[in-house]
Parts: sequence; C-alpha cells; structure tokens
Amino acid sequence: MVKHSFYRAWLQFSVIFALLVSAHAHAVLTIDITKGVKAAIPIAIVPFQVSPAQILSESIWDVVSSDLARSGRFEPLAESDMLSKPAAVKQVRYKDWRLLKMNAIVIGNVRQLGADQYEVSFRLLDVFNENQLAGNKYVVKSALLRKVAHKISDIVYHKLTGIPGAFDTKIAYVMQEGERKDKRYMLQISDADGYRPVTILESRHPIMSPAWSPQADKLAYVSFEKKRAQIYLQDLRTGKRSLVSDFPRINSAPAWSPDGRKLAMSLSKDGNSEVYIKDMSTGAFTRLTTNAAIDTEPEWSKDGRNIIFTSGRAGKPQLYQVSALGGTARRVTFQGGYNAGAAYSPDGRELALITDMGGGFKVGIYDITTRTIRTLTSTRLDESPSFSPNGEMILYSTVQGGKNVLAAVSRDGSVQQVLRFSGGSVKAPAWSPKL
Amino acid sequence: MKVTSIQKILLVIATSLLMSACAGKKAQESVQMDDAAGMTDDTIVSGTLDSDVMGMDLAGPQGVDANDPLGKRVIYFDYNSATLTFEGESIAQAHGQYLADHPNVFITLEGHADERGTSEYNLALAEDRAMIVSQIMGVYGVALDRIQLVSYGEERPVALSSDEAAYSLNRRVEIVYQ
Repeated sequence: MVKHSFYRAWLQFSVIFALLVSAHAHAVLTIDITKGVKAAIPIAIVPFQVSPAQILSESIWDVVSSDLARSGRFEPLAESDMLSKPAAVKQVRYKDWRLLKMNAIVIGNVRQLGADQYEVSFRLLDVFNENQLAGNKYVVKSALLRKVAHKISDIVYHKLTGIPGAFDTKIAYVMQEGERKDKRYMLQISDADGYRPVTILESRHPIMSPAWSPQADKLAYVSFEKKRAQIYLQDLRTGKRSLVSDFPRINSAPAWSPDGRKLAMSLSKDGNSEVYIKDMSTGAFTRLTTNAAIDTEPEWSKDGRNIIFTSGRAGKPQLYQVSALGGTARRVTFQGGYNAGAAYSPDGRELALITDMGGGFKVGIYDITTRTIRTLTSTRLDESPSFSPNGEMILYSTVQGGKNVLAAVSRDGSVQQVLRFSGGSVKAPAWSPKL
Repeated sequence: MKVTSIQKILLVIATSLLMSACAGKKAQESVQMDDAAGMTDDTIVSGTLDSDVMGMDLAGPQGVDANDPLGKRVIYFDYNSATLTFEGESIAQAHGQYLADHPNVFITLEGHADERGTSEYNLALAEDRAMIVSQIMGVYGVALDRIQLVSYGEERPVALSSDEAAYSLNRRVEIVYQ
C-alpha cells in the first residue's frame, strides 16, 4: 500500500489517519501518505472544549489536524503526547509546549447555542513569542462544522507558511461503480479532503473532463448520455443543465477562459479532432487549429491570450501553443515521448502535465522559463493533473490495485499521497478555484 | 459470483436465441445484454468471442467462418496508432465489400483506446481509429451516412488489467451491425 520510503514521523501520521478513519465509520476515504517532507512545522491541535459535553458528529480539531498533516508542511502532535489540553489562553503553559518542541498550538471551543446551531472559536498561539497569531469565531449549523474546520486550517496554514491555504475548496471527479450492465457513472463534488460528496449527475454512460468555471459556480463536462461525447454545462446552485456543444462526432475537453466568457474545447465535426473556442454570450464558435493529426486538451494561459493544447502532429503527443485569436501553433515540449493534458499553475509559471520519459505515464512539471520537464510522481498511469488554487498541490488520478484512485503531489514532489474512496473507481479530478 | 466459461457461453447463446426472435430496434438491447454476460469483475474474455457471438446471431454477415476476415467484428491497433495492421485492413475491406453488396445495411464503428495517456487524447485517438476503418469502407463505395462513428476513448475497456495483454485487446474498433 505504502510504496515509498518515508520519514519516521510519517509512520506516526499513518497511525493517526487510521484512527481518524475508524472514528468516522461513514468516512468516504482514507489517505495514505506515501512521502512527506522533513522540515514540517511541529504544531499541536489541542482537542476543543465542547459544551455541553456531548459527542459531536464532527471533531473539527481532528479535521484541522488531518488537513495540516496532509499538506506535508505540518507535523501535528499526537493527542496522547500532550501534557495538558487547554481551551483558554490563560490555561496555556507555553513552557510545556516548548518542551514538546512545538512552534505553535491551536486551542478552541465548540458551544451549542440552539437545536442545530454551534459557536466555534479558535486561537492560533505562537509558542516562542507567547502571543496570538490568529483567532476567530463562527456560528454555524452542524452540517457546516467541517467547512469551519477547513477555514481554520486555511488560516493556520496562511499564518505559519505565508501561503494561502486551499483546504476550504472543492474537488469534482467522476466515480464509477458496478460492472458492465450495472455500471454507473457519478459526477461528484466533495470537499478538498474527499468528505461531504454530493452527486450532481448520475448516468449509465461515461462522464468525462469536469471543468470548473473561474467563479466556481458552474461545471462544464462531457457526458455520453446520448451515446456520444457531448459537452454540458451545469449550474451548481440551481442544478440547471444546458448543452454547450452537440455537433456530430466528438465534443470534448472543455476549458474555461480566465474571464469565464469563453469555453475552449475539442470538436471533430470538421474531419478530425480540432481545437475551437465558443463565445458563451454570442454562441459563436472559432476554429483555432487545422491539422490532420489530433488536436485536443486546450488550456488557457492566465492572461487569456494563448491556448496550450496537445497535438499528435509530430507523431507522438506533445504540447503546442497557439494564440486564442488563431494563427500558427508553436511546439512547446520536446522532452520525452509523451506530453499531454497540460494545466497551468495559478501563478502561470509552470504547467502540470502527463509525461512519459520512459518510466510510464506520470505527472510532471514543465517550467515555462527553463523549458524543462521534471517528473513528480512515483505512481503509474497518471491522468488529469489539476492544481490546488494556492498552487501548492496537484491532484490527479492514477491506477492502484486495479482501480482508478485520486492522488495528490506537492509542486516540488516532496509530498505524495493517495486518496482512497470507498466504493468505486475515481477519475478525472478537477480542483475548484478559490471559493 | 463465479461463472465458468461454458456457463457464460451458454448464457450468451441463450440470450442470442431469445433475441433473434425480436427484430429491428431490439438488436440494440441484445448487444447490451451480450455485454453483460460476457465478463465478470476478474475475468478477461477476449473481445473476439463477444463480437463473434453477437454478429452471427444478430445482424450483418451470417454463417461466416470465424477465421474469415468477414467473420471478425473487432479490429485491433498498435499502441498510440490509428494505422491499420495488415489483418485490420483485410477485416475492414471484407466488411466494406459486404456493405457495398448490401445497400440497406447500416453499421456503427466504435473506437476504443487503452488506458495509457490522457482520457481526452485517447477519445480523439479512438475516433481516428474508427475513422480509418470507415475510410477503407468508403473505398468500396459505401456511403458514409450508413456508417456511424462513435468514440469511447478509454472509457469502455473489454479487459480490465493494466498490462499489455489487456491493452492490446482494448485498442480496437468494434464493427456493430444494426
């Protein structure tokens, strides 16, 4: 299960995760950390004081702890190693936490205010300077307790790393269950940690390529419900669906322009697979490529002026770039025998891609400045790389134990993990923009 | 559920007999039932068996020897290739000739790819495979509106393991008579 040599500290985390999972009988997934960083920040997430004392359905401090551990940048202290469990600042003995070599601690309270109303407060405390780095209070229904936990994780992550967190975000993916005649495809949206999944489309026919609108309010995707690939658009608030492209043959690989006004896609209506742009307000289509080889998987540059796409025009799939207004395409990648499925990093400086340098299909990073590709993952048969909105992690699908599973890797490759959903095969992940 | 090969074949034959009594649109449904009977979770059944049984009992060329190009309903391809092999070309030609001789017959060419590489590229690759088969048939004067092209990319494998044996069965175009 765990493929990599990992650092000793991570062994401990695997145990924590195992406990977490058994604590949540309804858990949808487990996370195997296959590789972690050495220089993780030691932090103690002290169990919150709950009043009136009762068993909450969500132990939000556990959620915060697993969020931070999963990022690879934090090393949360096991609850059993804590010398005290303060819930208020005046109860904190900083000396004890320094003894435990903690950099920071999180303390908090959960108070029930009404039938389904909770007040959650937390404080992030600096152990060395003995001061408060952050503190906040939320009043929510129980259904949103996990969301509050992710918000706390985001604040802690931001305060201690200087990088915005991406825990309070969503992921979309396609789950496949059953075999042959009973096969079902479900387009689901869950929290970034895989919990709270909601099925937004269920079909007996394949679903592919979910793509978030920049405002995270719509999802474009490919559905075979009419027995061929067509592109649909679904409003995530109303659930309302519309057909975006149903030309004869293949309609695939939708990609939103950064301003959300256009959708790039691959259509084969004019012979073979070519890249087009649909203006969503006028409905007009513009053709960008003209080539006898495959042209697909368009991806917009962050300024919306260029399109990166995959083409087989040189025999094997490689990345090319063309102006969003059309014109001559220029080849981008030259290393390796297979480079496809490009996704821009949020800062626009790198492309995540699927590359084959001879060791199988893996997630790689193409550095736009140095024009070099480095392979990030040790998994095989990787697909669909997608950056977290803070650019720190890349979510992708891979094959393990004969099943498609989701996995994540940090941008520098130092943190790797596999998300194991209960039930079916999971493919085509897409990380939402900032919510 | 463990089903022996013989049980499976009997089931397919029984299904086919049942279905051959029905005409027209029913053919579509029986194709799906064959699909269901053809395979279990951990069993790989060669694509040829599925389609041979389908073909002989439903529509298209009847009573053809399974070794004859016309008796085959699946054309296999090399990795990342939409170029026909010698055998693939002879199968496409045989069915092209059959279609030319039977002007009221319609077919669907279903393109498929193995799981390696990206789903979106494979969708296009699988369509290219179906397209090259249709072009060979076009040479025989078969009107292209009698041939429906569908690509499923890597979404509908017949063999589920991640090895070359499975991949070679999954890189295919299925000729489906209507």
